[in-house]
Amino acid sequence: MFDALTDRLQGVMQSLKGHGKLTAEDVDAAMREIRLALLEADVNFKVVREFVAHVKERALGAEVMESLTPAQQVVKIVNEQLVELMGSSDSRLAFSGHPPTVILLAGLQGSGKTTTCAKLAKLLKKDGKSPVLIAADVYRPAAIDQLQTLGAQINVPVYAVGADVDPVDIARDGVKYAREHGDVAIVDTAGRLHIDEELMGELVRIRDAVKPHNVLLVVDAMTGQDAVNAADEFRKHVDLDGVVLTKLDGDARGGAALSVRAVTGKPIKFVSTGEKLDDFDVFHPDRMASRILGMGDVLSLIEKAGEAIDEKQAAEMEAKLRRAEFTFEDFLDQLKQVRKMGSLSSILGMLPGVPGMKELKNVQVDDGQIDRIEAMIFSMTAQERRHPDVIDGSRRRRIAGGSGTSIQDVNQLLKQYREMQKMLKAFSSGRMKGFHLPGMSG
Amino acid sequence: MEWHEVFKGVAVGDVPAAVFEEEERERRGLFGRLRRNLGKARAVVADQLKAALYVGVDRRLYEQVEELLIAADVGVDGTIKVVDELERRCTAKKIESREPFMHELADVIAGVLRPEDPETQRIDVTARPTVILMVGVNGTGKTTTIGKIAWRLKEMGKTPLVVAGDTFRAAAVEQLDVWAKRVDCEIVKQAKGGDPAAVVYDGVAAARSRGADVVLIDTAGRLHTQVNLMRELEKVRRVIEKQLPGAPHETLLVIDATTGQNGLRQAQEFKQAVDVSGVVLTKLDGTAKGGIVVAIHETLGIPIKLIGIGEQLEDLRPFEPDVFARAIFGSDDESA
Ligand SMILES: Nc1nc2c(ncn2[C@@H]2O[C@H](COP(=O)(O)OP(=O)(O)OP(=O)(O)O)[C@@H](O)[C@H]2O)c(=O)[nH]1
Ligand SMILES: Nc1nc2c(ncn2[C@@H]2O[C@H](COP(=O)(O)OP(=O)(O)OP(=O)(O)O)[C@@H](O)[C@H]2O)c(=O)[nH]1
Ligand SMILES: [Mg+2]
Ligand SMILES: [Mg+2]
Repeated sequence: MFDALTDRLQGVMQSLKGHGKLTAEDVDAAMREIRLALLEADVNFKVVREFVAHVKERALGAEVMESLTPAQQVVKIVNEQLVELMGSSDSRLAFSGHPPTVILLAGLQGSGKTTTCAKLAKLLKKDGKSPVLIAADVYRPAAIDQLQTLGAQINVPVYAVGADVDPVDIARDGVKYAREHGDVAIVDTAGRLHIDEELMGELVRIRDAVKPHNVLLVVDAMTGQDAVNAADEFRKHVDLDGVVLTKLDGDARGGAALSVRAVTGKPIKFVSTGEKLDDFDVFHPDRMASRILGMGDVLSLIEKAGEAIDEKQAAEMEAKLRRAEFTFEDFLDQLKQVRKMGSLSSILGMLPGVPGMKELKNVQVDDGQIDRIEAMIFSMTAQERRHPDVIDGSRRRRIAGGSGTSIQDVNQLLKQYREMQKMLKAFSSGRMKGFHLPGMSG
Repeated sequence: MEWHEVFKGVAVGDVPAAVFEEEERERRGLFGRLRRNLGKARAVVADQLKAALYVGVDRRLYEQVEELLIAADVGVDGTIKVVDELERRCTAKKIESREPFMHELADVIAGVLRPEDPETQRIDVTARPTVILMVGVNGTGKTTTIGKIAWRLKEMGKTPLVVAGDTFRAAAVEQLDVWAKRVDCEIVKQAKGGDPAAVVYDGVAAARSRGADVVLIDTAGRLHTQVNLMRELEKVRRVIEKQLPGAPHETLLVIDATTGQNGLRQAQEFKQAVDVSGVVLTKLDGTAKGGIVVAIHETLGIPIKLIGIGEQLEDLRPFEPDVFARAIFGSDDESA
């Protein structure tokens, strides 16, 4: 499988560590990896080309934050650019002052239009609207049955007059029907190829007949390079208002989202994440960005690190680590920093490969434990915090008593401290690949 | 390639002359059709490539080939492999002009797609009944392809029977029912919501008792990441295996030509779960090239057997590596 982009970038960007600006050399090496990563995620190659040019411009000479490695810094820039390109998370639909509001769904065969019609209806119903479904696909066998079955499941009326009627008439009459029986008309159309002039012409006629307030293109998240061609043709013919991205419950990286956004300039409004009618959500550009980059929540961790970590403190910490002077006071500081970023377990969970990382096994701390650890460290004398080696049996008893914990807890903490120290040394000496905890490494 | 070459167990004598004539028409038509359907964007790239080819073979040309392969969803790894091999051959053969370069390019791609043993690309329907199981992610064209195969077999004198193994999706049974009527073949179905393994059991039993030649089993679309649904599919396969030794004789994975790099994951997972014996590449009538099958064949060794080029009964064709390779470049030059 695909290595997290950070790992790959780390591999090509060894030259610079911690401080300074990104050099042209660094950036060039990074761009190749980014290009490959995006292509592997199915972003269209032309979109990739443009995107990489933008990132390059932003990255050249950018200041590397002290809490990040250059590789992380580049990923941060890539992520920001991705989120920016993916646009706002505006999933609002246009509603007409004169109901019914008309929503027209279109797209290639099998992309998920009919299912999406029902999902939208269900969502709108929850918002207090009265949607009506209109069965205007007369070509696919049992398409009308399918919409009727789904409509019945969610108790929404379906306007269906059979497969012998012109879809344009069905759509027009369906909207009239919706005026009497609801306030939103959702038109399901047959899947069609963007190069099928006849059917694209029909779609235009449907659009002209019902004057939709929202034309939504339904796109399968597994689509590859061709997504741009299809999206562009649909845009040219019926002028889209937004996109619905389906089948995101799989493991496709969904680069089509970026491609489609780039060629249509229209927002992705909803995502569909399963076959059940509740599997429907508004679009989150940031989640989509990290998905395309294949990096889980690493990006949000990088973002958080950027906000939360005091850079000067981090630099001092690094210096201490190098001198192996890591004390319980530092440990406490680390805990505080980490807490600013969110719960410890969630942070550990964000790190790629952590569950399998041997060195971290014994350091895993649950959030309730942090409180106890704090209490124990507070019960230590300054000398004990700075030179944990002096903590003998009687001191352990005292610390346990003072913090309301047991001797086992104190023993555990000392053990964790030693493990942590070992691990941090491993990090700082660069033996461990992967993500570097902010402030804990150089 | 003719249909009796695709289906092993159909004698040439069984095939009415009309089928041959139609095949000849299609053969000529298909390429034109794929060509016509080239997207404008793709056509532009292809034209650029052609223009560049007059100048000779240089770095820029290889880059354009790379671009074209990427645009066809061949993927980064597959593209690198193809281009490396192309370069190796062109250097060895001292190829410096257009014609032989194009020829070599198509040949490299076709080479990747040609199974070592051509027999493995055929569909063996000699067993009575032959059981064909259709699997794949949602919306790729499983049900439609069943209709097309059933019709084709019927045209060649076989008696197909279809089984509505998708008991989940709204109106999936009704959809297959329409196809069965169009083909005029029998269908075995149960009420919606039932156990697919039970319907499939009934279907195979019915085929044996009624003397059907080929049983085509439809299954619900499922993403390869859905563990429970993949288990359900494994169970369906086990039920068939137990009931009829040697069956299923074919397990066909249906891949949508618009699919990007995820197609490889799909093939990996379905292969592991139900031992896929072939791929059907659908929706090649659009502008998508279906290049992911290059990666699927190259990494998993699964032969590509059929292609779908439309929504009608007759829109099914044998997969031909050479034709496919040329179509990736949108070239109508048969010699290329
Ligand atoms: N896993 C998954 N399946 C989905 C999703 N959305 C739709 N599907 C499935 O995808 C298949 C196709 O969905 P449809 O709604 O029939 O697609 P369509 O675009 O109406 O298809 P045509 O009308 O034939 O063009 C069905 O099996 C759906 O259940 C999704 O978000 N996730
Ligand atoms: N253009 C084109 N459309 C196709 C082709 N094959 C299937 N379709 C269309 O794709 C859509 C989905 O086809 P189905 O046969 O329902 O797909 P499926 O895999 O059975 O779908 P699920 O059972 O929902 O997973 C339908 O609209 C078909 O008409 C093809 O080769 N070309
Ligand atoms: Mg539909
Ligand atoms: Mg189906």
